[in-house]
Amino acid sequence: MTAAQPLPTLEITALEKRFGETQVLRSIDLKVQNGELVFVIGPSGSGKSTMLRCCNRLEEPTSGAIHVSGKPMLGIPRKELDRMRLQVGMVFQGFFLYPHLTALKNVTLAQRKALKRPRAEAEARALEMLDKVGLKHKADAMPSELSGGQQQRVAIARALALDPKVMLFDEPTSALDPELVGSVLKVMRDLREGGMTMIVVSHEMQFAREAADRVVFMDGGVIVEEGPPEEIFGNPKSDRLKAFLSRVSGEAA
Amino acid sequence: MDTIIDAFFNIDIMRQATPLLLKGAWVTLQLCAVVILLGLCGGLALALLASSRSALLRLPAFVFIDIFRAIPPLILLILIYAGLPFVGVRVPPFVAVCIAFLLNNSAYFAEIFRSGIKAIPRGQMEAARATGLSPSQAQAWVILPQAIRNVLPDLLSNVVEIVKLTSIASVVSLSELLYSANMARAVTYNSSPLVMAAGLYLLLLWPLVRVISRFQRGLSISH
Amino acid sequence: MDFLDAFLNPEIIARYLPALIRAVWVTLWISVLVVISGLALGALLAGLRAYQKRWLSWPIVLFADLMRALPPLVLMLVLFFGLPSVGIILADWFVLYLILTLVLAAFVEEIFWATMTSLPRGQWEAGAATGLSFLQVLLHVIFPQALRMNIPPLVNRSLTISKMTAYGSVIGVKEIVSVAGSAQAFSGSATPLTMAALAYLIIFYPAMLLSRYIENRFHYEH
Repeated sequence: MTAAQPLPTLEITALEKRFGETQVLRSIDLKVQNGELVFVIGPSGSGKSTMLRCCNRLEEPTSGAIHVSGKPMLGIPRKELDRMRLQVGMVFQGFFLYPHLTALKNVTLAQRKALKRPRAEAEARALEMLDKVGLKHKADAMPSELSGGQQQRVAIARALALDPKVMLFDEPTSALDPELVGSVLKVMRDLREGGMTMIVVSHEMQFAREAADRVVFMDGGVIVEEGPPEEIFGNPKSDRLKAFLSRVSGEAA
Repeated sequence: MDTIIDAFFNIDIMRQATPLLLKGAWVTLQLCAVVILLGLCGGLALALLASSRSALLRLPAFVFIDIFRAIPPLILLILIYAGLPFVGVRVPPFVAVCIAFLLNNSAYFAEIFRSGIKAIPRGQMEAARATGLSPSQAQAWVILPQAIRNVLPDLLSNVVEIVKLTSIASVVSLSELLYSANMARAVTYNSSPLVMAAGLYLLLLWPLVRVISRFQRGLSISH
Repeated sequence: MDFLDAFLNPEIIARYLPALIRAVWVTLWISVLVVISGLALGALLAGLRAYQKRWLSWPIVLFADLMRALPPLVLMLVLFFGLPSVGIILADWFVLYLILTLVLAAFVEEIFWATMTSLPRGQWEAGAATGLSFLQVLLHVIFPQALRMNIPPLVNRSLTISKMTAYGSVIGVKEIVSVAGSAQAFSGSATPLTMAALAYLIIFYPAMLLSRYIENRFHYEH
C-alpha cells in the first residue's frame, strides 16, 4: 500500500480545445505537484500556449477539466472564476504592463481591487515583490522607461504579489533581446528555489535542462512524451521528439 | 472702406449691444457646460455598450450611434421643439436643446471613446483578467484610463464642435449668444452685433483650436 | 395612434413628398459641391503652406483657425445680412455653399498639413534627389501619401459638414429642413419634420456605414 498521493497543485484532465474545425488540443492530461517546475516544449503551433491559456481560461476549453488545488476552474460562476484566477499567476510573452501606471501601481492594482487589500499593505507587498525581482529602485518608473527585461520582471512581480498557487509562464523571454534574457531567467530560478509551482512554455532549452523537474513535449495538440530533463534531452524515445530536438539544436549551433 | 467699417465694425452699435451679448454669452456657457457633461456621460455609456462582447448590447448601441450621427442636430432640435407639442408634450427651449444635444453628442462622443477602447491591445484586458480583476474592474482601471488619454485630442475637438453647435439653439429662440446678436442686428439694422458675437466665440474657442493643432502635430511626429 | 397621426400621417406624407424630394436634391448637390471644392481648396492651401514663406503661411494659418473656431451659422448670418449693406448681394444658396466650403477647406488644410509635417524628411529628399521639382514632389510624392493616410478623417469631416447644409434653412435656402419647416407650418402637422429626419437618415445612414467600413479597412492596413 502506498500513501495517497498529495493533491496536485494543478491538474488538467482530458482537456480538448477546438477553434471551429481545427482541433488545437486533444485529451491533454497533466498533473503538476506542489513546488514542481514543469517545462513545456514543442514546435510552434503544437498547442502549448493554448494549453497554458486554458489553465486560467483566457481561452475557453471545449471540454475537459482543470483543477487548482482540487478546486475546479471550469463550470464556475464568473465571480468565482475571478477568485480562482488570483491563484493562477500568468506571465505573458508581451509583458502587458499597464502603460499608464507606474511599476508600483502595476503591482498594486489587482491587490487592491481584486484582493481588496488596504493601500499600505498592497504597497508594502508590491515593494517586497519588486525587490525580489531586483527592481525596487524602479518602483516609480513608468513602463516606457523600463527595458524589456525589466518590464517582464515587473510583470512577474505583479503576478507574484497576489500569492498565486501556481505561476504560468507563456514564452516569457521570447520577446526579449538576448542580453536581457538572463535577468528574467534568474528571477525564475530564484522562484523555483523558493518553492513556487511553475509551468513554463519556452524555447530556453538550457534553462529547461538545469531547472526543470519534468519536461513535457507537445506536438500536434497532444502530449507526445514527458519525463525528467535528462531523459527527454538525453534519451528521447519518440521520433517526433528526436526530430524536434535535432532541429532545435541545429538552430542553436 | 467706411461703409464696411460702418456695416460690420460699428463701435457705437457694438457698445449698445454689449449688455445683451454678454447675457447671451453667459447662456451659451451654461448651455455648453450642461450639454458637454450630458454628452460625455451618454457617450461613455454608449461606448461601453458598443464595446461589449454581447451582440445583443452591441448592435443597438451601433444603430443608435449611426442614426444620431446621420441626422443633423438642427432637424433633431426642431423635431423635438416643434414636433412634440403635437402629441401634447411641450418642452421649454433649453430642455429641447439638451435632449437634442444629448442624442447627437452622445453618438459622437461614443464613437471617440469606442475607437480609443478598440485601440487598446487585447493583452491589456488579458493581463488584467489574469490577475483576477473582473471585466468591469479591468475596464475601469486598465482599459478606460488608457483609452481616454489616447483620444484626448479628439475629445477636445469634439468639445469645440459642440460649443459652435450651441449656436443652433437660436433657431428655437433660446437667448444664447447668436440669438442675442441676431436680435440686436434686427433692431439696429446693422451686422456689427453679429461680428461682435463672432469675436466672443473666437475668444472662447481660438485657444482651444490652437491647442488642437499643436496636439495633431505632436501626435503625428511621435508616430 | 395619436403619435403616428402626428408624426407619420400618410395623407400629409403624400402631399409633401414631391416638394421634399426636390429639397433632397438641393441638399445633395450643395453637399457635393461643398465637398469637392472644400477638399480642393484645403489641399491647395496646405500645398501653398508647404512653401514655408511667412507671408503665405501666416494668412493661411489665420484663415484655418478662424474657420475652425467660428460657428458656421454665425459666419453665414454675417455674410447674409451684412454684405447687402455694402452693396453685395449673394444668393442664399451661394452663401451656404461658400461658408461650408471655407470651413471644410480649413479642416482639410489642417489634416493635410499635420500629415505633411510628419512624413519623414527622406520623402522630400528622395524626391528632390531624383530630380523632381518642389511642386512635383508635392504633387506626386507628398499629397498621395497624405491623402491615403487621411481618408477616414477626411470622409468624416466631409460628412459632418455636408449635414450642415441644414443651416441653409436659417437663410431661406430651399433645402430639406426649410421645406419641411414650412410644410409643418402650413399643414399643422409634425409629419414633414419626421420626413426630413428620415430623408437625412436615408442619405447619411449608408454614408455612416461606409465611413465605418473605410475606417476599419484603413485601421488594419497600418
